[in-house]
Amino acid sequence: MNFNRRSFLKTSAVSFGAALASPSLIPGRAAAAGEIDVGVLFSQTGGLSIIEKSLADATLMAINEINAEGGVNGMMIKPIVEDGASDPKTYNEKASKLVIRDRVPTVFGSYTSASRKAVLPVFEKRNNMYFYPTYYEGFECSKNVIYTGAVPNQQLSNFIPWIVNTLGKKKFFIVGSNYIYPREMAKVSKILIEQEGAEYVADEYLELGHSEWGAMVSKIKDSGCDVVLSNVVGDSVVAFYREFKNQGITHEELPICATVTSEIEIQAMGAEFAVGSYTSFPYFQAIDTPQNKAFIERYRAFVNDPTAVTHHALESSYFQVYLWKQAVEKAGEATPDAIREAIKGQTFDAPNGKVTVDPENLHTYLTPRIARWRADGQGEIVDAYPEPIRPLPYVAYGETSDNLFCTAAGLDSSKL
Amino acid sequence: MSEILFIGLSLSSILLLIALGLSITYGAMGVINMAHGELVMIGAYTAVLSGIYLNINLFLALPMAFLVSALVGLALERLVIRRLYGRIIDTLLATWGVAIILQQLIRLEFGLTFFGIHIDGLGPGLQNMAVPAFLTQPFELVGLSIQPYRSFIILVTVLLTLLTWFLMYRTSMGMQVRAIMRNPQIAAACGIDVRRVSAFTFAYGSGLAGIAGVLLAGFKTVMPDMGASTVVDGFLVVVVGGVGSLLGTVLASVLLGQINGIFALLTNDILARAVVFAVVIAIILWRPRGLFAFRTR
Repeated sequence: MNFNRRSFLKTSAVSFGAALASPSLIPGRAAAAGEIDVGVLFSQTGGLSIIEKSLADATLMAINEINAEGGVNGMMIKPIVEDGASDPKTYNEKASKLVIRDRVPTVFGSYTSASRKAVLPVFEKRNNMYFYPTYYEGFECSKNVIYTGAVPNQQLSNFIPWIVNTLGKKKFFIVGSNYIYPREMAKVSKILIEQEGAEYVADEYLELGHSEWGAMVSKIKDSGCDVVLSNVVGDSVVAFYREFKNQGITHEELPICATVTSEIEIQAMGAEFAVGSYTSFPYFQAIDTPQNKAFIERYRAFVNDPTAVTHHALESSYFQVYLWKQAVEKAGEATPDAIREAIKGQTFDAPNGKVTVDPENLHTYLTPRIARWRADGQGEIVDAYPEPIRPLPYVAYGETSDNLFCTAAGLDSSKL
Repeated sequence: MSEILFIGLSLSSILLLIALGLSITYGAMGVINMAHGELVMIGAYTAVLSGIYLNINLFLALPMAFLVSALVGLALERLVIRRLYGRIIDTLLATWGVAIILQQLIRLEFGLTFFGIHIDGLGPGLQNMAVPAFLTQPFELVGLSIQPYRSFIILVTVLLTLLTWFLMYRTSMGMQVRAIMRNPQIAAACGIDVRRVSAFTFAYGSGLAGIAGVLLAGFKTVMPDMGASTVVDGFLVVVVGGVGSLLGTVLASVLLGQINGIFALLTNDILARAVVFAVVIAIILWRPRGLFAFRTR
């Protein structure tokens, strides 16, 4: 064994530190033998809790299932649940607590980009792993995050050509909430719209949480567009779809094609306001496979609500725990570095189909799908890719599968 | 052009709907009621809950919400505000606290979540109120496309404004309220039961907030903090119109609503909002007591 002075000093320092960190001094220390602690960090309270609670539930359900089948390498997973309180600052504090005090090797968490950006420094500085289940705007290449939600190319590269070619729409009205996700989505959309030989007549934004849509919908009506591409987020979605119908526009003549409107929003607005509109996501509750049906049933039993809906970020919250489990099993140990190396190329049969972690950018291969909303609040899948497609977080800046900006070596910023 | 005016008018009517109750509690009684938005929220939840459990529609929900919000307002007046008359800053702080308590009561389902009980229609989630189909289908009238739901809001607002005017200026109760507004001591010396009249006035203003809540629920998401943003708009209108003036409140809401609508259509909603605030600041600088003001207590 190659033993030198420096590594000896390091080891003694570490063991000295470990001795100090006795259970009486620091509660909730590293896992007991036969257990692996993991962090589960979603908002249990505050404005985002309605959605984030369902993500936490899906994460805990996956952990329960894995434990029931004997755990990971014979060790039980012990979730440490923290509340991000819909507040990025709280997210940062709780992430520090999980990483520094509880010394978990992995945290599953976040719904909004704001909360992910807030915890990112913690995971990069302490070299820990964060599993992020939500579709987001891309433009990130962290080696400490595994991204299991869709990036813009997985929601739009199928959607825009389909709108132009199948629906025969040529004039887009792009509308979104005023922050980074809708603006990046609009950027990618414009590239694709131009590629397809269509045009966009407007690109408009409203404040997040805005609920007075009278003027905007009237503008849409007068713009001469034949399709609306909506990147509207949160409870504004409800007001938007309701105003759309109240002003007498039908989705038959002028459909809303959305990238955020999921089963949750449809339930909140009342399904009759969305009938005939479209959404693009890799997962819908309506996916007609035995695996998905069983998944929905297990989820409903787990949360004890026979009418609970499942949606894209929820499904990602669920399968990413299994990807993590496979990585830990392959690595044989639960340390952040080992998990990162082992998860590259991991494949899992998720409710939406096969998912694979890209070895280069640590995002996930997903299958783009388009659904048309029905009167019962469920989507009817009208288009789906035959297979999962590669995630390209920098597609808005010209990234392609042959010319990756984000690789295992990090971000090549010269290409931006 | 008529479309622009209609959007402005419908924005105005929503502003007026919120401000009407406020112009009474703040304008007439000198209480900065920060919980006004929560009374709106309670009205909206009354509509949601009565839709789920009693299966009644929007029209029956209106009087229900009026009663529920008025009762909550009456309790609020009896328990908190009565002790704080004349201490305007203290009412602000106290009612703000009440507002937070009311929000959390809905969010925690009156505390039942601690016992694992869930009431459908309450909780932190988004709720919605069903709107009768004939109120969502626009129709043509002499070449104009009429939006029934917004027209309905405008109609209800006009009726409530007329009712309020009648109560304030054509009944003996209203005369007593106006007397108290001018000078409560002299009013009391003339034999007016100031406490009783004030309690009723506050309850009436709160009830109006409840009706506003039902109508807002038709096109907004119903959630525990929905009221917090509406109360700001309400205060803008009341302050610009002149504290205590019904006419001022009406004109201010028409003015601000139209400015908002026109600028939102010509540019965008974000800029329109900025213009509205700029106009409000200009008016307050020009006339610190608002457009129509008289001496209050």
